[in-house]
Amino acid sequence: MLRLRNVDTFYGNIQALRGICLNIEEGEIVTLIGANGAGKTTTLMTICGVIPPLSGTIRFRDKPIQHLPPNKIVRMGISQVPEGRLIFPQLTVMENLELGAYLRTDKENIGKDLDYIFSLFPILAERAKQQGGTLSGGEQQMLAISRALMGRPTLLLLDEPSLGLAPIIIRQIFDIIKKVNEDGTTVFLVEQNANQALKIAHRGYVIENGAIMLEDSAERLLKNEAVRKAYLGI
Amino acid sequence: MNSELQYFFELVFSGITKGSIYALIALGYTMVYGIIELINFAHGEIYMIGAFTGLIVAGLLGIFGFPLLGVLAIAVICAIIWCAAYGYTIEKVAYRPLRNAPRLSPLISAIGMSIFLQNYVQLAQTSDFLPFPQLIPDFEFLDSIAYIVSSTDVVIIVLSAVVMTALHCFIKYTNMGKAMRATAQNRKMAMLLGIDADSIISVTFVIGSALAAIGGVLIASRMGSIDAYIGFLAGMKAFTAAVLGGIGSIPGAMFGGLVLGCCENLAAGYISSDYADVFAFLILVLILTFRPSGIFGRAPVQKV
Ligand SMILES: Nc1ncnc2c1ncn2[C@@H]1O[C@H](COP(=O)(O)OP(=O)(O)O)[C@@H](O)[C@H]1O
Ligand SMILES: [Mg+2]
Repeated sequence: MLRLRNVDTFYGNIQALRGICLNIEEGEIVTLIGANGAGKTTTLMTICGVIPPLSGTIRFRDKPIQHLPPNKIVRMGISQVPEGRLIFPQLTVMENLELGAYLRTDKENIGKDLDYIFSLFPILAERAKQQGGTLSGGEQQMLAISRALMGRPTLLLLDEPSLGLAPIIIRQIFDIIKKVNEDGTTVFLVEQNANQALKIAHRGYVIENGAIMLEDSAERLLKNEAVRKAYLGI
Repeated sequence: MNSELQYFFELVFSGITKGSIYALIALGYTMVYGIIELINFAHGEIYMIGAFTGLIVAGLLGIFGFPLLGVLAIAVICAIIWCAAYGYTIEKVAYRPLRNAPRLSPLISAIGMSIFLQNYVQLAQTSDFLPFPQLIPDFEFLDSIAYIVSSTDVVIIVLSAVVMTALHCFIKYTNMGKAMRATAQNRKMAMLLGIDADSIISVTFVIGSALAAIGGVLIASRMGSIDAYIGFLAGMKAFTAAVLGGIGSIPGAMFGGLVLGCCENLAAGYISSDYADVFAFLILVLILTFRPSGIFGRAPVQKV
């Protein structure tokens, strides 16, 4: 579904991604784990066209997208839940959700999708008229995921959804990610929280200093000695 | 009504009239600032170009003997279109190439654009004052209140209110309006939702310029003469109004304009007309010193 080949991305003269290659197949949950500054966020921003790569190819459903602007890429069915959630603080929860559906032309189905989202996160229905900035961290994360889902993506990118949240909320968020995947959305999950991520993922990649170091099934990565030492704190 | 009170109301109503125009112009400053954090110094010149466009169109139509209201409507529409084209182009040539440059660069570009437009109009038209025809008709049914507020002023106040209400509804309820607010709050996130930030920025300049054009034609008709430099003072006043309301805030610009117009007029009426401008800029200095975020300005939002 998504293929990155030899992707190099720079910030000025600083190279943040070095020859990234990775595949995501339809229906999978794939996770990308790595330490702070390894290049996880850059990978997602490169896929979305916010920071286009200097070289390499990115194909989505066999179409090259590496030179497309973000709005064209989103239109093809890729939504992102960015690091830090980036809720619009002075828009209401409902407006945040409506903007998730900004590019959609099937306006008649939006109501149905709102119902789906409110069934996943009933708290958002209660908070619909509140400003996004007044939500708690966990609620903001739920809103960020819901906003991305309102775009009806076929590929959902998540950047450290567990960051800064209480363990009980993290479990809830990961359950929802799994459910969303079971309902038919392919998921690319970026995490530092390797343990949780590998538990729900099918496959995983490990990124260090902007380069992919390891690629394996989630099960085997969980057992991998080097991964356990570096990312699971065991 | 005793004459003291009548004088007071006269001052207030003509203050509201001026204030409505300041508000129309201030909206352009505040919307542009809200979205790209740039003080568009060329905005006052857009207003001036609106007044000139109105003058030229009115002159042409006058020859053919159009009715007054028709002339006003056509003059305003032409000014809107012409100024919108200017606003769109200015953003494209003077600001967009500097989008990622240090903040001072687009600011200097804005000042350059302002000076350029002033001189261009002066060369293309004239540097003298030009008489501007009275385009706003006197409505008879307003005669009964004519001793405190003129028919012209009522038309300006009502038109401005209608335009600003329309803008408010546009920003609040339409998809494009929501996208504008989203882009102002977080451009990167807006892009991740598929909002084309460049076209949203263009639309912002187009709307701001259209509002300034309306202000330009209306006030020129009230003042009775224009020259190539009216944009400077009006621009500074409107900028003051925007800062007073809280730069970046749309209701703030509307409110700031009205407050500024009234304060200025009362100062002129009760102290001396020489003080009107002094008073306006005194307000600017006080606001910048004591409450730089303005009346409606929010403390900067913490980005997690
Ligand atoms: N805006 C930026 N300008 C310059 N360097 C950046 C910028 N953003 C990230 N980097 C650098 O790129 C590298 C990868 O960062 P990032 O993708 O944010 O890592 P991660 O998400 O894995 O923590 C880091 O070395 C970081 O310092
Ligand atoms: Mg990151």
